Amino acid sequence: MSKVRRTMLFIPGDNPGMLLNGGVLGADSIIFDLEDAVSLTEKDSARILVRNALKNLDYGKTEVIVRINALNTDFWKKDLDQIIPALPEVIMPPKIEKAEEIVEICEYISKIEKDMGIEDKTIKIIPIIETSLGIENSFQIGQASPRLEALFLGAEDLTANIGAKRTKSGDEIFYSRSRIVIAAKASEIQAIDTPYTDIDDEEGLKKDAQFAKDMGFDGKASISPRHVETINKVFTPSEEEIEFAKEVIEAINRAEEEGRGVISMKGQMIDAPIVNRANHVLEIYKSVMGGSINE
Amino acid sequence: MSKVINSLEEAIKKCELKDGMTVSFHHHLRNGDFVLNKVMKTIDEMGYKDIKIAPSSIFPIHEPLIDLMKRKVVTGVTANYMRGPVAEAISEGIMDEPAIFHSHGGRPRAIENGEIKIDVAFIAAPTCDKEGNMNGVDGPAACGSLGYTYVDARYADKVVAVTDNLVDYPASPISIDETHVDYVVEIDSIGDPNGIVSGSTQITRDPVGLSIARYASKVIEHSGLLKNGLSFQTGAGGASLATAYYLKSLLKEKNIKGSFCMGGITGYMVNLLEEGLFEKLMDVQCFDIEAVKSLKRNPNHQEISASHYANPDSKSSVIKNLDIVILGATEIDTNFNVNVHTDSNGYIMGGSGGHSDTAAESKLCMIVAPLFRARLPIVVDRVHTITTPGSTVDVLVTERGIAVNPKRQDLKDKLKTAGLPIVEIEELKAMGEKIAGKAKKAETEDKIVARVIYRDGKELDVIRQIKS
Repeated sequence: MSKVRRTMLFIPGDNPGMLLNGGVLGADSIIFDLEDAVSLTEKDSARILVRNALKNLDYGKTEVIVRINALNTDFWKKDLDQIIPALPEVIMPPKIEKAEEIVEICEYISKIEKDMGIEDKTIKIIPIIETSLGIENSFQIGQASPRLEALFLGAEDLTANIGAKRTKSGDEIFYSRSRIVIAAKASEIQAIDTPYTDIDDEEGLKKDAQFAKDMGFDGKASISPRHVETINKVFTPSEEEIEFAKEVIEAINRAEEEGRGVISMKGQMIDAPIVNRANHVLEIYKSVMGGSINE
Repeated sequence: MSKVINSLEEAIKKCELKDGMTVSFHHHLRNGDFVLNKVMKTIDEMGYKDIKIAPSSIFPIHEPLIDLMKRKVVTGVTANYMRGPVAEAISEGIMDEPAIFHSHGGRPRAIENGEIKIDVAFIAAPTCDKEGNMNGVDGPAACGSLGYTYVDARYADKVVAVTDNLVDYPASPISIDETHVDYVVEIDSIGDPNGIVSGSTQITRDPVGLSIARYASKVIEHSGLLKNGLSFQTGAGGASLATAYYLKSLLKEKNIKGSFCMGGITGYMVNLLEEGLFEKLMDVQCFDIEAVKSLKRNPNHQEISASHYANPDSKSSVIKNLDIVILGATEIDTNFNVNVHTDSNGYIMGGSGGHSDTAAESKLCMIVAPLFRARLPIVVDRVHTITTPGSTVDVLVTERGIAVNPKRQDLKDKLKTAGLPIVEIEELKAMGEKIAGKAKKAETEDKIVARVIYRDGKELDVIRQIKS
């Protein structure tokens, strides 16, 4: 199964304390940010700090992602030169608008992998889609490379780009959310929702995360460690969902033993999508059961 | 004859204080206490020498004691907790005789059985009448519970109530009654109520502290103790309070109602009571003004004495009914011994308080601590000072994993089954040292500056003078 990514927590690349503790904050994935969180004068020092953190610290089961600088800057290649040899699991390029950009990044990463003797396509990619052009091209972007693991919606830059007002209800990004989910699922990769930016509004966060989950997102980003638990809870199957999934799998197994082709449970026909969903629920449950080191 | 005396000096004379005697104080006004300093200044001015003091705790505000120690006016100290300049001076060997540390339960035991003989108890009384009926919930320096001083009032040869709020007879409510009180002295001010606030009474915003608290709440959830009638104690302090925050969510989510919360009471615990998540608060000490107000208005917020709280020789005590206690540590060793007496340089910076008492009696003693304090790993081979024996500690919760004492295999199995990140304590030590290196031990002289007396009266450890 693909990795469970309920939460992706942004950590400023120039903050040693946060880099040290990134693995203990409960997020399934952490994003060491070399882009927006780092001022122009600190780009090089943050890059070195993140590289050394990757080399020396143990993040356990927490997935480590590095957000590099955008392709229209002088930094992105330098970022990759330093970061790829330190083996992050995922590179997150921002402001991706076209499939060709993914191809360009992948070629550059392949070259470094080859030079360093790293197996081809070890490093995965999760692009941030945060412009109108990116949204419209999201399916092509999702298809651009086997390195892709997910599409990530960045709503702050997007709303600025389209001239919309960013609201808590998120009406202005409804289309973009739908588009990202469909493009990602059509590409058989995950969809990750934009962060909720009001750090102190836990109720608002819960609602927003629940809405994203109900739309089909697999997880949600966070800019505050305090949001992690709430998001995790929303994206973790409920006890009822787990029970139902277990019953589905039991019914399937029973039917197989009895040699029955048509399977029903409590009067309801069990078909392939229901089984797939049940398997997915149980896989998430097993991976986060009771609160692993990541929870 | 009236008990009301015009001055501390006159009261001291009437009590027939002599050189070599022991005077006691309570610490409910904490770092806002004026009474100890005023009484000791008077004792000094009257020319006494060789006085032993037995305050339940010593705070930075009591710095003037250092001069009295230098001049041998004060030659002995017994307390449950010390921090600030006096603690530092004792660590540096200012006194000839070692200070004696008891626990909150051990002190009343020692007073009741005569190990600590109090000649005169000076009791700061936020409200008092002419016969000595007193309470802590009213008055300009209201500090709430007077829990630690009940035993002083009952067992000291002479008892002097010191108040800045002398009210008409009879005062009400009455915490300590007139039957124990010899004299009443009115002074301008007994203390600053803002000084009672203990450390941090806010839930931490530190993400590492929150991670620890989240794990701690999961340990509670899967310990088998999370059920109706649960009793719970936590200290003030960021991660401990954050655990209470997560516990609150758990209780709500699972529709569970606890029996009682206890320990130093904060506004957060008052909130748990008022929201109906616990039936009662058992209060030996208030840690903030909200707790003081609640004690006054809410009959389900019950003041208790230190002996009732934790005395191991009492016929029973509240902690014998305590399910879960959450405690901190400055260091913990691979045998689960905990130090809250001394810092990484070997200086005295605390004391047991109720640490060793609650650890011994609770069904689940959980230590919550970050794997690093500043740059030092907290898991070590041997703690500098044993405050609480590892045999009474069940589990250590850090942000990088949970270590269960091998004697609690049952608990370890439950937590493992629940999927919690269980590791051996040696692994936590290795993780800490991998990142921060191994800390050098604090160096000491041979001279013993303090003795740590366990709640049963036996010496648990000694603290030696800091190497100069």
